[in-house]
Amino acid sequence: MGGLEEEKHARYIVSVEKKKDDFEALVIEHLRMNGAYWGLTTLDLLNKIGAIDVDAVVSWVMECQDKDCGGFAGNLGHDPHLLYTISAVQILALLDRLDVLDIEKVSDYVAGLQNEDGSFSGDMWGEIDTRFSYCAICCLSLLGRLSKINVEKAVNFIVSCKNLDGGFGSIPGGESHAGQIFCCVGALAITGSLHHVDRDLLGWWLCERQCKDGGLNGRPEKLADVCYSWWVLSSLIMIDRVHWIDKEKLTRFILNCQDKDNGGISDRPDNAVDVFHTYFGVAGLSLMEYPGLKTIDPAYALPVDVVNRIFFRK
Amino acid sequence: MHGRPRKDPRPKDDAAKAAHLRELQAQLLHNHRNRTYTKEALASCSKLLEINPEVYTAWNYRKLSLQHNLDGVDDPDALKSAIEDELRVVEIALRTNPKSYAAWYHRKWVLGRRLMPVEFEREFRLLDLLLNADQRNFHGWNYRRFVAKLKNVPEEEELKFTKKMIDTNFSNYSAWHNRSALLSHLLTKKSQGFDSKKNTLTEEYELVHDALFTDQSDQSGWFYHLWLLDQTVCLDDPQLISSWPTHKSDLILSESNKIDGCQLFPSSNSRSFSLLHTGTFPIILYFNKAVKNIDSSTVIVSSVFVTNEDLNWRPLSTNNSGEACCWVTFLTVPEENCSSSTSYPVEVCLDRYKDIVSSDVSDCKNPSKFTFTVAFRGHSLEQTSKESVEENVVWKYVDICNPQESPCLMSFDQLSINEDHAEEGFKWNLQTLSNEIELFREFNDEDSKFVKLTLARLLVAHDLMVPNGSHNHIKTHSGEVLTLYDDLMKLDPSHKRYYEDEQSVVLMDQLTSDKDSLTKHCWQFDEPTSSSFHCQYCLWLNELSLTRIGSVKNILWVQMLDLSHNKLRSVEGLEALQLLACLNLSNNQISSFTALEPLKLLSSLRVLDVSFNMIGAHAIDTTRYLCSSPLSHTLDAKQLNVGYEKENTEVRDHWEVTSLFRALRLTQLDIKGNAVLNEKFSVLAIELLPSLKWLDGKRVR
Repeated sequence: MGGLEEEKHARYIVSVEKKKDDFEALVIEHLRMNGAYWGLTTLDLLNKIGAIDVDAVVSWVMECQDKDCGGFAGNLGHDPHLLYTISAVQILALLDRLDVLDIEKVSDYVAGLQNEDGSFSGDMWGEIDTRFSYCAICCLSLLGRLSKINVEKAVNFIVSCKNLDGGFGSIPGGESHAGQIFCCVGALAITGSLHHVDRDLLGWWLCERQCKDGGLNGRPEKLADVCYSWWVLSSLIMIDRVHWIDKEKLTRFILNCQDKDNGGISDRPDNAVDVFHTYFGVAGLSLMEYPGLKTIDPAYALPVDVVNRIFFRK
Repeated sequence: MHGRPRKDPRPKDDAAKAAHLRELQAQLLHNHRNRTYTKEALASCSKLLEINPEVYTAWNYRKLSLQHNLDGVDDPDALKSAIEDELRVVEIALRTNPKSYAAWYHRKWVLGRRLMPVEFEREFRLLDLLLNADQRNFHGWNYRRFVAKLKNVPEEEELKFTKKMIDTNFSNYSAWHNRSALLSHLLTKKSQGFDSKKNTLTEEYELVHDALFTDQSDQSGWFYHLWLLDQTVCLDDPQLISSWPTHKSDLILSESNKIDGCQLFPSSNSRSFSLLHTGTFPIILYFNKAVKNIDSSTVIVSSVFVTNEDLNWRPLSTNNSGEACCWVTFLTVPEENCSSSTSYPVEVCLDRYKDIVSSDVSDCKNPSKFTFTVAFRGHSLEQTSKESVEENVVWKYVDICNPQESPCLMSFDQLSINEDHAEEGFKWNLQTLSNEIELFREFNDEDSKFVKLTLARLLVAHDLMVPNGSHNHIKTHSGEVLTLYDDLMKLDPSHKRYYEDEQSVVLMDQLTSDKDSLTKHCWQFDEPTSSSFHCQYCLWLNELSLTRIGSVKNILWVQMLDLSHNKLRSVEGLEALQLLACLNLSNNQISSFTALEPLKLLSSLRVLDVSFNMIGAHAIDTTRYLCSSPLSHTLDAKQLNVGYEKENTEVRDHWEVTSLFRALRLTQLDIKGNAVLNEKFSVLAIELLPSLKWLDGKRVR
């Protein structure tokens, strides 16, 4: 079966960046900001970010910023939203170019989306979801402006989305789902509030995501998918329960999802690859200390050296 | 992005499709920028959303267009027609992608505008269609909750709906989840028909049994059963379950340990505990769950030594929640003016118990109190030097000086500190657990991991509920539980380390709850050259394959603890051991300094051995967010830098060890056999630990 095809994956990502015109690319054109974050972070984890034209990337990112409200859109011409604002900030952090930002403006945009009950709307239209709580908290923390929001209320809202099985949903009453769990656990980790998590109960629910094929699913009775290698694994790491899954089996599952000819990783073996799953597969392997990869931080979803640079810079 | 085969057999008419999509997307952005909200523009947008419902900007555009086109419009027909269009577009989008966040939200947004009364029939029809096609579509369930709330559907009705879904197909985690949430709420409100928790739970047990025995491999029912078990076992009220000093014990404070042999205490009195007189001693409160509001107004300490109001209680937790299972205060005892023959009584009373609450907002129902006495020995005129030359503490087995004197006896003699809870109150709970245990024992001959795991949990829960008033009560189920976990490790090797952790907790509990077994592990440290530690009470728990420390409620008296040669990754639980002076963690699996965070709370700790662990061997730190650090805004980065400016050593490389060592007052440290150790590190350690005299067996000061 062999190991990780680092070269091929790096080339795949670079090629995807250029392919903007076919149907598959057009369908996800509106979330190019996310795609850029996934691609660039993967390249950095593979220690292959050297070839990137940093100025070009930074320039495009800044063009996606709404000049009035300060939020970032998924691509040129689209509307600002927290989902793309976090990716924009993460990209700039990765490239050590946070200095190009008007930090007050961006953080005011993010902080302004907090509601009375502590929740966050994704944008001016008011959709509430714990994903947005994570986006806001992660973003503001990286910018050093967490104090602009009411952290206690934000935490209380997240806790109100905690379910009886120990997991978290998108809104109060929403079913536990590994993606939402990552967002809630990540947000609680960043705000020093992990004591609200029943780590044994949630840890067990999460470790039961490992299927017979070694992969992880997102909730009971669902199929394994490489992206859960990130959502489930990072959550387990943050609560110190990652030893409850079989890492060797998971590693083999991820490696089996590679397209060894053309590069890239898919959701399941023999399915079509994409940048999303390539990132989550590599990030998952990084969390399991796969040799040759940079270490990634489970809460901020950025390489540890990037996070340390931001928080421990003299 | 999900579920597409790699070698796609579909024909390549991609170019035409792509061109069409590109055209529609360009039109959308153009119309959006120019605020064009004509019929043609909207129609183009509808076509786009049918192909690609994920283009969030298109939904925003529709909202703006609705606002624009209906501005000042009153005509109900016009309103109806506009809303119809929007609802229709959502329905078409959901056909393409029933899990489109943007599509579902648009519908919520439109209805939420209340421009027209909601046609509930239509909404429930849409939901039935989608939830029948995919019973696990959480968007559908979320939307159903939204509509039910809009319509003020009573929770009992929705409960019936979950039953309907479960009856159709037991494998419906979403339905079970909803059911548990609704029931939980109804029980809390004590709604009519739900005022008896027992009756409700009994019915639910029957329902879930049907599911479990129809298809044992389906997970949904098992998670629901775990919730029912939780509800059955849940001891809502926080209770004081242990303390140090223990009830009716006699604390003897001695000026020095410089006495040959360990004869500090009268041989006949097993209630005595001897402690070196350092000017203070701790009072430890140990609850069965995390509580807050422990302070001098909720806990009254009556003694001649100090005014109650001057006492500061602190929670022994590594987070800043203000809550902990364990709380401590230090009583200052003067050095002069204490007559050797007098025994001074101290009473600790949890007076305003109602203010002591746990995080699920249940309060202490019973007042508790305990008393002990304090006496002095070896009154001398000169101060004995407290910082005398210490020899290196070497961990070696010493013979038991006098097994009868083991302090462990005291934890059993303390009886229940509080009044025994009426067994009546728990009769139903215990009976239910017994029934479940019988049922699952019957099915245990099959190789079902969930049957074994559930049975193990039931047995542990049963043991937990049996009142511990009878101090000779032996937990009869531990043996069976340990065997079940052994079985599980073979049956489900992927989760081996989960079962090891669960087994460790039970093993530790078994060892420390049984008087005889505990006595076998107790020793007194006989080392007259080590005046600080001579005659301390030691507990040897090495080579037990422990992966996790369980409850320490029965060993709060421990002064020296040997946990070496186990498989410990974490030291959570040790923070309660306020008397601990010497700790041996060598030859375990500790892989970072952050994992040692609980040790920061051990103000008495002087000797630490973490040699032959894995500190520095792992790139991923699994306790990075469970300790104080700038990453979680629980520690100021500037604090790490204070007074420490050495070139070549950046704060970010050593923040973990800096943060830990600054909080410890060690005189002896053993750290060899860890990847992190090198010349630079040794220098750093010595600098960060000003009291350090011994490092890896060599004198450094």
